Amino acid sequence: MTASILHPAPSRRDFLKAGGATGAALVVSFALPLGTPRVLAATAQGAFAPNAFLRITPDNRVTVVCGSSEMGQGVLTAIPMLVAEELDADWKLVRVEQAPSDTAFNNPVFGMQATGGSTTIRAFYTPMRQAGAAAREMLVAAAAQQWGVPAASLKTSASHVIGPKGKRLSYGQLVEAAAKEPVPKDPTLKKNADFKIIGQRTRRLDTPGKLNGSTLFGIDAQVPGMLVAVMARAPVHGAKPLKFDEAAARAVKGVQAVIAIPGGVAVLAGGYYAARQGRDALKVQWDLGAHADLSSAKIKQALNAAADAAGAVAKTSGDTDAALSAAATRLSATYEVPYLAHATMEPLNCLAWVKDGGVEIWAGTQSQGPAAGIIANVAGVPVANVKVNTMMLGGGFGRRFAPDFMIDATLLSKISGKPVKLIYTREDDMAAGFYRPASLVKFEGGLDAKGQPTALKARVASPSIMAGSGFMKIPDNGVDSFAVEGLADQPYGIANQHVAYGRAEPGPQVWFWRSVGHSQNAFFIESFIDEMAAAAKADPYQFRAKLLKDQPRELGVLKAAAQKAGWGKPLPKGRYRGIAVAESFGSFVAQVAEVSVAKDGTPRVHRVVAAVDCGLTVNPLTIERQVESAIVYGLSAALYGQISYKDGVVEQGNFHNYPVLRISEMPKVEVHILPSQEAPGGMGEPGTPPIAPAVCNAIFAATGVRVRSLPIDTRALTKA
Amino acid sequence: MIQMTVNGQASSLNADPAMPLLWALREDLQLTGTKFGCGIALCGACTVHVDGQAVRSCATPLADAAGKKVITIEAVGKGRVGKAVQAAWAKVDVPQCGYCQSGQIMSAVALLSVKKNPSDADIDAAMSGNLCRCGTYNQIRAAIQDAARNLSKGA
Ligand code: FES
Ligand code: FES
Repeated sequence: MTASILHPAPSRRDFLKAGGATGAALVVSFALPLGTPRVLAATAQGAFAPNAFLRITPDNRVTVVCGSSEMGQGVLTAIPMLVAEELDADWKLVRVEQAPSDTAFNNPVFGMQATGGSTTIRAFYTPMRQAGAAAREMLVAAAAQQWGVPAASLKTSASHVIGPKGKRLSYGQLVEAAAKEPVPKDPTLKKNADFKIIGQRTRRLDTPGKLNGSTLFGIDAQVPGMLVAVMARAPVHGAKPLKFDEAAARAVKGVQAVIAIPGGVAVLAGGYYAARQGRDALKVQWDLGAHADLSSAKIKQALNAAADAAGAVAKTSGDTDAALSAAATRLSATYEVPYLAHATMEPLNCLAWVKDGGVEIWAGTQSQGPAAGIIANVAGVPVANVKVNTMMLGGGFGRRFAPDFMIDATLLSKISGKPVKLIYTREDDMAAGFYRPASLVKFEGGLDAKGQPTALKARVASPSIMAGSGFMKIPDNGVDSFAVEGLADQPYGIANQHVAYGRAEPGPQVWFWRSVGHSQNAFFIESFIDEMAAAAKADPYQFRAKLLKDQPRELGVLKAAAQKAGWGKPLPKGRYRGIAVAESFGSFVAQVAEVSVAKDGTPRVHRVVAAVDCGLTVNPLTIERQVESAIVYGLSAALYGQISYKDGVVEQGNFHNYPVLRISEMPKVEVHILPSQEAPGGMGEPGTPPIAPAVCNAIFAATGVRVRSLPIDTRALTKA
Repeated sequence: MIQMTVNGQASSLNADPAMPLLWALREDLQLTGTKFGCGIALCGACTVHVDGQAVRSCATPLADAAGKKVITIEAVGKGRVGKAVQAAWAKVDVPQCGYCQSGQIMSAVALLSVKKNPSDADIDAAMSGNLCRCGTYNQIRAAIQDAARNLSKGA
């Protein structure tokens, strides 16, 4: 923990306040996508435009306004680091504030204000630095004028401009003068070698409020007169309430209204307990719709058929069928994974208030930009009258990119005429859909007489995230790129490859889940490559390294992980290693898992060594933690995660039947970040893909049993 | 009327005695630091202290807290152990999303209040009921050990 930089605590108020500072301040903002920076407000009197990225006040404090949502991945620290670096700010004087919803905060990758796809650093790395650099140049120009010296003769350090003969002016002292300076069109950025803040292990700015209960999450939002809603939700996806008997619900003390909306029937009360009691007492008759007989067996059937019929070609090179026929050794295998819920620690919730021709929302959301438009439609108001207050997210993992819970809360407020906080029970949250797609792949592989892979064929089937997203379409080639990512572009040098996609839509709404298609495709390809290595009687690491000779970044992390893990060196009795590597979101991660398997088939992961090449690093401390977090997320899924169906109904409800990793099961994790001058890669997700195959490959080493479906079936691993 | 002491202050609540303590704290007393995660004692997000014991407030009827002393995350830092735990949490920089952390801290404080020098197995036993979807478990363990060291130094 050396070189960590300490920081002042952001106050609770800072998170609630949306602009409107008192006193003079320098505010610099860019309309993104970049091009013409402009100063939005000069001095004083609430002269803030809402799309300001930073402001400096006379007390010499810097407030960075972050338009990305914080869900644990560290943006509320990384974004200020980028600004502070180029501003030459004293990090101790830097605070952060969550931005209001405004197009000024659009993520340039998406063209909307949203947080996902591990894009925040990639999208804002340059714009936020430019914002800081522009402000710095204006402060320098102001000091130069004051001292009557050329700007080029001045330096900056720790929130001060340094002049000749030891002259110093704090940024705070220069606020008013700097605001009158023209905004530089093309501010000069530092050389990487001059970074003082970027690349430093830095503690999070949002930690203090998370230690004493003062941080406000979506579920903590409240306004006077607010009602709490708990909903009787469709027991089967797509079911509609036909009629309901509200008498018993109404009889619960505190219940004030019962309202039917398309997704179910809500009970509104003064507080959660009464609303929940009322909801439980409600009798609803449902039109179960088309999915009343959905079952896991049917899902498997549908995926199987779609894989057999897979016709949308995602990749083809050489002549795969001919190469398979000519192969000295042929292997084939079917892999599958189930639907998965995100199970964020904070159940879904949203406070909505439809009033006076507008809507105000308080929510932990990853998509305040697009959601505002949807909410405007739902409420029938102009989008300009929708204000989304982004609260702290108790986990996102992609789930909070969806607007469903905000739509329902808006409807309930519109109909009741009251501010309504809709709270999902854990069971509601678990069964609400928006799952990681179930997926199945049929592999065929061929090796020549020397054990060199010559052919790889993959027919992959899954429901389409694109088609169901509401904002994307499957392109003309019929391939949902999320369904094949990591597979169609797998890195191993194999001359003949054919990857095809077959769409199956058993029913459940699918969605982005931490690392999206990579979450299953890395498991598929990295397990099958391991099978090929075994067929070639080769060491799984050496086998991979040979096939990656033209992929320096994959090879780099593979070698580093193997070396740090002591690949090939003896292990304590009963422990075995497995290895896997994957690129996703512009970052490269290899992992070696050390696993033992108990007599009853229970696997135990003792240690995971990860090597990461994510290009230039902003906050290495966050990177280490994100990789560790992503490993735990993927490990929970590999060991336990599944959403299964019986008679149309999701069989999981709470953490007893949707278990997640506990502290007693936590492996030791080592994260090694490789030095790199490449552009920064994403970091919220890339740690997840390699963990399932690394663990399953270790299980193969331990037991000789190849795990081809998740979650791991321990019964198959009992020692003979 | 249900009487209890919450964070050192006498409180009387006119509420259903069957209502979980969690909702009395969050909604009636505006102590929103205590979190709702599962509602059935499976995740630990709602952990508070009742007469010094860590309990899951989502599964504790208000009646069971009557006449007792309740401490929540908002006030746990007033105690010596709570202060040390929060300091260790800050030093290790444990939280990610932070949603589970109130409960984690409350469980850790309860553990260190009875076990000055907890072993790994003690930590596993005391903390296994507190889930963290962000996977901060290794940092939680490190912070508990750090707090234990500091507490024994100061003792
Ligand atoms: S909310 Fe009480 S244990 Fe989960
Ligand atoms: S920090 Fe997010 S659930 Fe623990």
